[in-house]
Amino acid sequence: MYQGLLAETVTITGSRDEEISAYLARPLGPGPFPGVLVIHHAPGWDGGSKEIARRFAAEGYVAICPNLYHRFGPDLAPDDAAAAARAGGWITTEQFLGDAGAAVRFLRGMPVSNGRVGTIGYCSGGRQSFLSACELPIDAAVDCYGAFVVKSPPPELPYKMEPIIDRASKISCPILGLFGVEDKNPAPDEVAQIDAELTRLGKEHEFHTFESAGHGFFAVDRPMYRVEAAVEGWKLILDFYGRTLR
Amino acid sequence: MCSYIVEKAALTGSAKAAGTWRPITTAVVAVDHPSHATLDHALIVDFVNAGRPVSERVALELSVASARVLITAMQTALDAFDEGV
Repeated sequence: MYQGLLAETVTITGSRDEEISAYLARPLGPGPFPGVLVIHHAPGWDGGSKEIARRFAAEGYVAICPNLYHRFGPDLAPDDAAAAARAGGWITTEQFLGDAGAAVRFLRGMPVSNGRVGTIGYCSGGRQSFLSACELPIDAAVDCYGAFVVKSPPPELPYKMEPIIDRASKISCPILGLFGVEDKNPAPDEVAQIDAELTRLGKEHEFHTFESAGHGFFAVDRPMYRVEAAVEGWKLILDFYGRTLR
Repeated sequence: MCSYIVEKAALTGSAKAAGTWRPITTAVVAVDHPSHATLDHALIVDFVNAGRPVSERVALELSVASARVLITAMQTALDAFDEGV
C-alpha cells in the first residue's frame, strides 16, 4: 500500500486528435508501476470513478480515468455532462476506442510505467472494458457487470447498443469478469454465454458470479452495494492485476 | 444496469430553477442510474431548453414507485380538467 499519492487532472490527445481531460492518480516514487485505465460509468466522470483511480494508485498502479463526456462540455459538472450525453445519444464506439487508446498510450509513455496496462470498467464501462480487450493493445481487462455484450437492447429503444461478442476472437489479453447472480442485465444466462464463447475461442478468462449480489455491487454510494461481494471482488481484481500486469 | 433507456418529448411551457423561470422545449426522460438520489435506478427527467446550456436544465430523479404515483396524479388532474371544460 502506497501512502503517498499524486492525483491531478491532465490533458490527453484523444479520438480525432482532440484534447480531453483525464484524471490521473499515481503512487509517489520512481516505479516502475503498471497502469490501469479506469472507464467511468454512464453517470459520468464523477467522484466515484476518480475514487477508484485513487484506490488503484494506493495499490501501486498509475491509474487514468479519461473524461469520455469531455466533448459535451469540458467544464460541465458530471451530472450535467451525463444529461448532455443522454440527450445527445451517448458516445460512439469509435470515439470511445480513440479516447481509451490514447489513455493507454499516455500510461505507457510515462517514465514510471512498467509498460503494462490493464482496463477496468463498471456497468457501461464493463462493456467498454470488454471492448477494449477486443480492440486495444492491453495486457489485462476487468469487466464488472457489463451489459449488452451478447444481448441487444429491446428494439423500441432509440439507442442501439450492438452486441460485441462477435469481436471476441480478437481478444489478446486475459479477462476477469465479476458479476452478481441477481443481475438482470447482464443476467446469469448472458454471463454463461460469454463464458462459453471465450472458452470456445480459447481466450484466457476467469468469471466470478457472487451470490446475494446484483448489478452494481461495487457502488459504495448506492443501495445496490454489497459489502461481501465488493470486498472479495477487490481482492480478485488486485490478484488478477498482480499476475497480469506486474 | 446502465439501461440507455431514453425518450424525448417536445414540450411547451416553463420551468423554474435557482429562482429563475425559463422556457423549456423538451423533456429528456430516462430510467437509469441517478446522479444524486440514493437509488439504484430512477426515473430521470431533464426539462431542457434546446437553445440553452444543459446546466440550466431542471432535473428530476424519482424512484420508480414515486414516479408512477406522480404520473397517476398528473393523469388524474388532466382527466379532471378535461371533464370540467
